[in-house]
Amino acid sequence: MMISPNGATSDRTPGTMISARDIFKSFGSLHVLRGVSLTLRKGDVTAVIGPSGSGKSTLLRCLNHLEVIDRGTIEIEGESLAAAGAGGASKYVPEAEVRRICRKMGMVFQSFNLFPHMTVLQNIIEAPMTVKGLSRDAAVPKAEELLRKVGLLAKRDNYPARLSGGQKQRVAIARALAMEPDIMLFDEPTSALDPELTGEVLRTMRQLADEHMTMLVVTHEMGFAREVANHVVFMDEGRILEEGAPAEVFGAPAHARTREFLAHML
Amino acid sequence: MDYVLSLLGPLAQGAKVTLTLFVITLALSVPLGLALALARISSWPLLSGAVNGYIWLMRGTPLMLQMLFIYFALPFVPVIGVRLPDFPAAVVAFALNYAAYFAEIFRAGIKSVDRGQYEASKALGMTYFQTMRRVVLPQMVSRVLPPVSNETITLIKDTSLIYVLALNDILRTARGIVQRDFTTTPFLVAALFYLVMTLILTWFFQNLEKRYAKHDD
Repeated sequence: MMISPNGATSDRTPGTMISARDIFKSFGSLHVLRGVSLTLRKGDVTAVIGPSGSGKSTLLRCLNHLEVIDRGTIEIEGESLAAAGAGGASKYVPEAEVRRICRKMGMVFQSFNLFPHMTVLQNIIEAPMTVKGLSRDAAVPKAEELLRKVGLLAKRDNYPARLSGGQKQRVAIARALAMEPDIMLFDEPTSALDPELTGEVLRTMRQLADEHMTMLVVTHEMGFAREVANHVVFMDEGRILEEGAPAEVFGAPAHARTREFLAHML
Repeated sequence: MDYVLSLLGPLAQGAKVTLTLFVITLALSVPLGLALALARISSWPLLSGAVNGYIWLMRGTPLMLQMLFIYFALPFVPVIGVRLPDFPAAVVAFALNYAAYFAEIFRAGIKSVDRGQYEASKALGMTYFQTMRRVVLPQMVSRVLPPVSNETITLIKDTSLIYVLALNDILRTARGIVQRDFTTTPFLVAALFYLVMTLILTWFFQNLEKRYAKHDD
């Protein structure tokens, strides 16, 4: 993980999956991101930790265009998503390009956001059929394979309302994987779950990490950040205060705010 | 009893007029209402503003006035002025009026769909159009069934307004017979006709709701 000293140069080293530089984002007068730079390489599992309101979820949502950044640049696998435009404001590539580039990233939400009017199987085959134009015959076996992987093949014909929170989140992971993304973004994937259900979701994520999926995980699960991530980013008040290997950040945090936060969490 | 049976023929003729107006109005105003709802929530202020004004106009004036206007006054309006025969004039007024009410029902239904559904669709690479068609509108349908059922039942009774264009629907037919025979029995039989139609509609919508509710349990 490298951060260029001036934060402005483009990172085109091979294997760079996400390169975000100097991201600024405000909601009205609230400055949520104040110059955040982040690089993800192929196979990286990066955990973003920090107190509520530190901007970590917003950062994640900016990367796949769920939020529009004010300033800064974003490159996904070497392709520019948002570049510096006139007057310093970011300029996005055309909408169809944005959609194509963002398809390289799958996203898992805190609140699952499964489609309630579709069965588990329909949830998973929907985007491959509608977006990629796959036939049903091609989409279904793949979906079943993914359901087997997350251990929910038996639930294929159930509606989401019949599933537990942990099961919903595993379906959501399978749904994102069905689009064959190169990168998976997780936005507090276990925060809406009862404590006894987080384990099954974290196990599925760990399995993905073991398969060398590139992952960016915003989480309050310190155990996951410590054991599964190979890189930990600590954010506070819209900035990255500290980052490094889990052993460094958890073992010897350099910043007082990090120590304070970790003391609360652990 | 024989007298009541003798009324069934003429009133069934009237029911044909009522039902024709009802079916054509629904077939036109539901899609038009959906289009208006989508235009109303569009981010283009000119379009949503225009639709807003249209809905205000249609809900703000009596349907009977609108019908009279289209039949009697529209021919004299420059540019768009056309002379419509009585039944088509009624159909146009009903469709335009009910579309405004359906638009507001559909808009409420669309607004009730969680923002997370749009975000999930977008994160999966779906376009706005695909998101609407595959994710938002199907969820909207199950939520608007009760108010749509309400509106439909109102429509079947509102059709009686076409008496002002001298069209012989159930009620006007019944009134004609009342005046001819000096008995109010035809009114009671007419009421039965409306009740039966409403019963069928209620049953139809209850079944639709049950079908759509299967994913909510």
